[in-house]
Amino acid sequence: MSAQKSAPTPRRRGPTGEEALVARLRAGDEQAFEELVNEHGPRLYAMARRLLASDEDARDVLQEAFLAAFRSIHRFEGASTLSTWLHRIVINAAITRLRQRRRSEERSIEDLLPSFRDDGHGAEPAIEWGETARSAPEREETRELVRRSIDLLPESYRTVLLLRDIEQLDTAETARLLDVNVNTVKVRLHRARQALRSLLDVRFRESLS
Amino acid sequence: MITCRELIDFIARYLENDLSPEERSKFDRHLAGCPPCLSYIENYRQTIVLSKAAFGEAPPPMPEDLVKAILAARRKAT
Repeated sequence: MSAQKSAPTPRRRGPTGEEALVARLRAGDEQAFEELVNEHGPRLYAMARRLLASDEDARDVLQEAFLAAFRSIHRFEGASTLSTWLHRIVINAAITRLRQRRRSEERSIEDLLPSFRDDGHGAEPAIEWGETARSAPEREETRELVRRSIDLLPESYRTVLLLRDIEQLDTAETARLLDVNVNTVKVRLHRARQALRSLLDVRFRESLS
Repeated sequence: MITCRELIDFIARYLENDLSPEERSKFDRHLAGCPPCLSYIENYRQTIVLSKAAFGEAPPPMPEDLVKAILAARRKAT
């Protein structure tokens, strides 16, 4: 995903404003639905693209998710914010889509994990990345490199990394959504971070030489 | 003394302060004598920071045709 102009910051509604919007949505107010899409769509679309790594699938999923939200708005009880509720609906729809399209065998992550000698010591000693990496978060070029590297991870690992480290879901919820146990989430997250570290290491070592 | 392999298996728990005092002590003793593992942990920590930073705070705008498609789908569904 390349750098693009940012969406305008969504208008912040207070609790009363949100209740009013929900009431209008329940009444079938078309303008309210448009406001919902305009306020929350950009963030949800970006998330769907991250999870699915496909613009076409992200568009389909976002459309399905907004329709699902519209149909089930009467079940929204206000226990969370509308934003959190929509976030969960889109994540659920994206994960369903990921399951549907998982046809081919996933490639192994082993080649991206650190290797060790027989005595348990590292086969290739790590070195500090230095200033290049420390200043990297501010540089679009590096952010693009990180996004591309995340896309290279095997899908089951990439999904866990995105849900835990980017979407900030906790381990239990990630496990529930993916229908795996908590320990599997912890192992996949750790391996995904290690694999991403390996992919970035190649580039940051180059920049040191 | 734990090995590099054992240490790397437990990094995530180390960074989340999820190790027992005994495990933590073994971890710290290894790190004190192993610069490569210290570098590995620093790289791992930076990887998490870089992941979070990679997608920025403000999302790009939604394509206008997608907004229209969603609104049209809703009209069709009602």
